[in-house]
Amino acid sequence: MEVTRHPVEGDPADLRIRQLRASQMLRGELSDADLEAYVQERVGLTTLEKAQDWARANAPWPLTFGLACCAIEMISVVGSPRMDAARFGAEVFRASPRQADMIILSGRISIKMAPVIRRIYDQMLEPKWVISMGACASSAGMFNNYALVAGADKFLPVDVYVPGCPPRPEALMYGIIKLQNKIKGQPDLGWRERYNAYGTEERPGGVEVA
Amino acid sequence: MPDATGLELIAAGVRERFGDEAVVGTMYHREQPTLEVAPEAVRDTLGYLKDDAEESFELLMSVHGCDYFPDEPRLAVHYQLLAMQRTDRLGVRTRLGADDPHVPTVVDIFPGADFQEREVFDMFGVVFDGHPDHRRILMPEDYEGHPQRRDFPMGGEPVLFTFNEREMPRWYE
Amino acid sequence: MSEDATTGDAPATGVSGRPVDIPYREREQSVTLERMPAHREPVYGTEVEPETELFTINMGPHHPATHGVLRLLLTLEGEVVRSVTPIIGYVHTGIEKSCEDQSYWKVIPFVERMDYLAYYFNALAYCMAIERLLDEEVPPRAQYLRVIHLELNRIASHLFWLGTSALDLGAISLLWYALRDREKILDIFEMSSGQRLHPRYFQVGGVVEDIPPGFEQKVRGFLADMPSRIDQYEAILDRNEILLQRLKHVGQVPLETMLALGVTGPLLRAAGHPWDLRKATPYSSYDHFDFKIPIGTQGDNYDRYRVRMAEMRESLKIVEQALDGLPEGPYITDNRKVALPPRHELATSMEALIHHFKLVTEGFRVPPGETYAAVESPRGELGCFVVADGSAKPARVHMRDPSFVNLQALRHMSEGGLIADLIAAIAMLDPILGGIDR
Repeated sequence: MEVTRHPVEGDPADLRIRQLRASQMLRGELSDADLEAYVQERVGLTTLEKAQDWARANAPWPLTFGLACCAIEMISVVGSPRMDAARFGAEVFRASPRQADMIILSGRISIKMAPVIRRIYDQMLEPKWVISMGACASSAGMFNNYALVAGADKFLPVDVYVPGCPPRPEALMYGIIKLQNKIKGQPDLGWRERYNAYGTEERPGGVEVA
Repeated sequence: MPDATGLELIAAGVRERFGDEAVVGTMYHREQPTLEVAPEAVRDTLGYLKDDAEESFELLMSVHGCDYFPDEPRLAVHYQLLAMQRTDRLGVRTRLGADDPHVPTVVDIFPGADFQEREVFDMFGVVFDGHPDHRRILMPEDYEGHPQRRDFPMGGEPVLFTFNEREMPRWYE
Repeated sequence: MSEDATTGDAPATGVSGRPVDIPYREREQSVTLERMPAHREPVYGTEVEPETELFTINMGPHHPATHGVLRLLLTLEGEVVRSVTPIIGYVHTGIEKSCEDQSYWKVIPFVERMDYLAYYFNALAYCMAIERLLDEEVPPRAQYLRVIHLELNRIASHLFWLGTSALDLGAISLLWYALRDREKILDIFEMSSGQRLHPRYFQVGGVVEDIPPGFEQKVRGFLADMPSRIDQYEAILDRNEILLQRLKHVGQVPLETMLALGVTGPLLRAAGHPWDLRKATPYSSYDHFDFKIPIGTQGDNYDRYRVRMAEMRESLKIVEQALDGLPEGPYITDNRKVALPPRHELATSMEALIHHFKLVTEGFRVPPGETYAAVESPRGELGCFVVADGSAKPARVHMRDPSFVNLQALRHMSEGGLIADLIAAIAMLDPILGGIDR
């Protein structure tokens, strides 16, 4: 194993000064001007909602819910060292719905399984989010037949849809990031927002746009 | 793989043992033999092929059904037998009509047919007389209909395009 | 007409011995040992009074230790499992029925998604069946390429099994190690076909595309690294005291029971029976390669684990031999009625254009007949039964999935043991619910 040592950037004297000031602050020895300067440097102000959302977004604990082939890719996200879900705070896959924040529906939803999923979703505590991973969970995928429920949104409110059959682990991570943005209150509204492309949608029913 | 003559010998053995009406026919397609028997004789034939035939097929690899819809008799149950020492495979087929199809079960001869016969019942409606646990296996217990029959509709929902999206009820309405 | 079929006059009985037309909840309550059908003697030798009430619990479809959505109805006496009833169907997708609506070419992606860890094997079983019905020859280069991908898929499937089974048994870090190596294999698959999972690389008559330059180097690099990795996994697990106590002499099923149930694959080989379709009825030029079939002696869970580890090593040998001997030539059959013509011909040849058009819109037609083709997947004998009626769509596609048949052995592996042994049994059984439910 290789061990490399890099010198710390910046002046080591600066670091020492900051450490001393911090210890002074903790002992209550800083006076008015110093104290104000210290507070301005270190303390941020925010609303409770924003702080809460930031905390929730950075630690979504998924429920272990693998159904079919997409589950393999989901396990690759959490289990493979290359695509690591731990950096999103999502490595802790809880088995109990009471302890999980997020359910990743990975795989095809058959008519026998749908009531089970609904029960498990109901058992989860608020706030909870749903990522519908893969084509089969978002619509029926390629299996448009008697045995599947055509999309999880028929019985669950879904927050993020991740298309693919199966979606690459990177795609699932992108979906988790989108969910994080949504939780923090800045939902990613899609490419029309990014490219300012409103005004070119197709009108339903063949209505002409003037 | 028993060749065409081997298949005829097997068919002759079954006929000799269980009567002429037991064997309905033989097929040899692409070097694969299939013996077609009458539904009542299925259990006896498989028992005979397992134990008493000179060239015995002691393993049952697969039980599956098929619906030859426009051809009558419509439903069929296929048994795929394997003889390990000679690496021989033999298919045994029996055809039934769709109204009141009954086949004797082979679970006591080949215990591995348990789940597979339940699947054939679930998907095609063929009733296996004497099966210890005769219920649906893949579909929900109270499902009506037998999905893999040819006249069962495929199901699913129509794909939404702009021309028909007004006619389909959406989940948020 | 009610769907509960009755056999003559006697009401049908469920596994617990009670008639099935009693409502479901009532049927599963208050089962006592004397009312259950005869089971094996308990391993732990305790005498049970017949009036003791047993505890029925549901190990539901959503459970971290069942590999997929498998539901088990357990009847427990303390920690000892008295009866296990698997209930499946929670991921039943109706693939076989959907296949009847697609042309033969389009069935390949459907069929790949059945046993979703051994996707090339599903495609191969189906393609072999169609090639047999069409009486098509597969060129040798395509056969070797198929073998390379199949054996790499076998290693990937066994690695995933290793990771998840070790997770179930408590050796959690192996999940990361096994998936790390599996990523390398998925990179190789991505190189040849563009997709990590379900690449629809096998076509009727060969493979869809030749391997790109750099493929061979990447595979050889993988082959050079992998044996030492397997050594590392074995070093962690083989002599581990906890693993030995959990797996040795646990879940032993006699060989006759396995054979009677139709169990194939590593479970049968661990019981001592050297049955492998690659050696018994070689297909796709497996007889050109020199490899061994690992078999076990006792048929317990530990042997199943060792058999799979050894199989990974043998697969590495096969891939190396296939790479060394890869012949030149076409990668798909020349029969334009079955395989798409190469793209450059479309600009110059009219028949190529017509063939392309016909194949893409309607697909090829298969003369009427039915056949059953079997391959050796990582879980056992994977067979594909195809009925063709002369049109461009198959009349029936059925996969004889090994996990479906092997699941019947779960009862024998775990009854009389403890719940923890049941978890180990499921892990060593390696069920894939996509294949079981189809």
